[in-house]
Amino acid sequence: MKRNVSIKSMKYEDFNDNEYIEQMLKELRDNGTNVIVGCLDDVIEWGRSNSLWPLTFATSCCGIEFMAIGAARYDFARFGFEVARSSPRQADFIMVAGTITNKMAPVLKRLYDQMADPKYVIATGGCAISGGPFKKSYHVVNGVDKIIPVDVYIPGCPPRPEAMLYGLMQLQRKVKAQRFLGGINKGISEKEYEKMMRKDTSRTEDYRDYDESGLA
Amino acid sequence: MRTTSNIDMENKLDIKEKIAAMEPSAVWSDAGDGMFRVPVSSFRPLAEKLKNEEGFDFLRSLTGMDWGEEGLGCVYHLENTATGENVVISTADADRDNARVPSVHDLWKGANFNEREAYDFFGIKFVGHPDLRRLFLRDDWQGHPLRKDYDMALNPLNMENEGNEDEAPSYEMTPDGGYILRRHPLFEDQEYVINIGPQHPATHGVLRFRVSLEGETIKKIDVHSGYIHRGIEKLCESLTYPQTLALTDRLDYLGAMQNRHALCACIEKAMGLEVSDRIKCIRTIMDELQRIDSHLLFIACLSQDMGALEVFFLGFRDREKVLDILEQTTGGRLIQTYNTIGGVQADIHPDFMKKTKEFIRYMRPKMREYQEIFTDNVIVRKRLTGTGILSREDAISFGATGGSGRASGWACDVRKRHPYAMYDKVDFEEITFAAGDCFDRYMVRVKEIEQSLNIIEQLIDNIPEGEWQMKVKPVIKLPAGSWYTAVEGSRGEFGVFIESRGDKFPYRVKFRSTGLPLVSCIDTISRNAKIADLIAIGGTLDYVVPDIDR
Repeated sequence: MKRNVSIKSMKYEDFNDNEYIEQMLKELRDNGTNVIVGCLDDVIEWGRSNSLWPLTFATSCCGIEFMAIGAARYDFARFGFEVARSSPRQADFIMVAGTITNKMAPVLKRLYDQMADPKYVIATGGCAISGGPFKKSYHVVNGVDKIIPVDVYIPGCPPRPEAMLYGLMQLQRKVKAQRFLGGINKGISEKEYEKMMRKDTSRTEDYRDYDESGLA
Repeated sequence: MRTTSNIDMENKLDIKEKIAAMEPSAVWSDAGDGMFRVPVSSFRPLAEKLKNEEGFDFLRSLTGMDWGEEGLGCVYHLENTATGENVVISTADADRDNARVPSVHDLWKGANFNEREAYDFFGIKFVGHPDLRRLFLRDDWQGHPLRKDYDMALNPLNMENEGNEDEAPSYEMTPDGGYILRRHPLFEDQEYVINIGPQHPATHGVLRFRVSLEGETIKKIDVHSGYIHRGIEKLCESLTYPQTLALTDRLDYLGAMQNRHALCACIEKAMGLEVSDRIKCIRTIMDELQRIDSHLLFIACLSQDMGALEVFFLGFRDREKVLDILEQTTGGRLIQTYNTIGGVQADIHPDFMKKTKEFIRYMRPKMREYQEIFTDNVIVRKRLTGTGILSREDAISFGATGGSGRASGWACDVRKRHPYAMYDKVDFEEITFAAGDCFDRYMVRVKEIEQSLNIIEQLIDNIPEGEWQMKVKPVIKLPAGSWYTAVEGSRGEFGVFIESRGDKFPYRVKFRSTGLPLVSCIDTISRNAKIADLIAIGGTLDYVVPDIDR
């Protein structure tokens, strides 16, 4: 069963730097897929990739461009990104738009942990990718991939809205191959992931003042 | 630019004699702008006299300093709002491990947050300050990063969730001349405290409030910032002057042009470089386009916070027109990196004038649309009128400049107070209101868009011929001294303070944040307001968080 990832409103050929996804799909499909499970997966993935809702999360400049793609001229709702949710519980992916500082890092990690699976991360702009112009600062995290796993990187300072849309569509493309990339997304196996989350929750129960900041 | 410095000079001569008479131990140093150096012991009496007798009621900027051997201290930029006189005072304590400077938070309310910042960065203990916690860094941070002897390895990334101190430390003087550390609880045991932010859509970025409530009424707000503190001032100390320019655009990204203008103007002042009229004119037009862009975004965000999503789309629709013009000339949408030392990056695009005139024709009728849809809306009026009142005295005392200060009736526009670039040659009105409530703060911005259009209209056909980049040496070294230059940013006075030791790197750069005074007054103006009004108050104060945190 041959399957190409198709995204409406952008031609397949226009994505031209995705050989690794191609390669991965090919390797994993060497033995073919089950017709019923395969078709079901297709439907689920189609639905997921076309209704990805971002979390309203912006720390600095890139956040304004993120707002710009939400507004009428660039309008990411055309591609299914519809509305930005303010609660991490309702969001599918987090677009890290702006510098992440040492003080913000635990908060970002916590927001990520609060999101429901499947969840994705886009690192937007130089700061989120590597620390950008503030790389040498005493208070800047040199790339969010040091804290949370990142799916798509969008370079720029800040990236143009067109670049952001392209990055978002790259994420859609990756979501279409979710079945295979699911585990890779987190960089560890399901079991390890579960163990890690358990450890995190059991620790917070012991910690009495946890509710201080009210985010739980 | 020359006229301004002459006025400054005359003022200084006048006040110089007065201070010399008032405080014989004050030493005048002429390097750069010139400042008085006062010993720590006689600083507080002098500050009291300046405030109460001479009428220096506006603390423009408070800069913490590390002078190495001479110790740690502060530079105070003061202004008399009635006469426009300016004076710079500095004081230092040579005991580096235990530097103590008397607090002036009771003379100028704006000093409260600024002293906390100086404590955070330099470890200067302000005696008498009621709440000397860190302002930007975590409570468990080791050391003080802007000191010259700070060790970068002290604070690795800490992924533990941050705890909160519930007690505010303060250093108080005992009758026998010693100092004791006291702790005051921030909130009472029975108080109901809720947390807003750092991840909250209405805080306009990553700002955090701890709000004490009684029913729906706000009793107290404790502001936590620093979630986007990038240490730009420290980074600048290791960059050459042209390199520092890049970081200013990222402070207040809605005033990127003006921020960079301020830093370029400050360096040019220190170099003694006068730029051509063409450069001044281009900079003025760009500043005003940026102001329109920022105010449109203000309207868009305020309306979105209040639930009027349609106006958000209208604001962004018109904002894109401005961005198109800026992009054509500068190549950047949000961050233009356009001004350079002694000029601008590139000459204006051939279509610039045509497009700008088209935009002015387009924008004027659109202002009526905002009027009809948003300003005249009964819900908007009810929510904004009479809420979050900032009095004129408080605005001056906190140093809340920009639209927020002008809504309270304080004529604080730097373009009028200390005209720079072409602002003394154009005719425009400084918008002031009297009530100081949310509605006035909103209206100031709406009216200012019209004034900005007027300024651009006067200049756009009269851009003089000339160079767009003066001849500047590739390696720029400033003479020893210190300089302060301010421009009217999109949301208040944006100032740059540079201290140089004759090197190609600055010894210290301080950016006077436009937003810090605005959040420092939020506790005062939201007390006894309803919790839902906090959104309108925060929205109309119009702060940008990366500008507060720097």
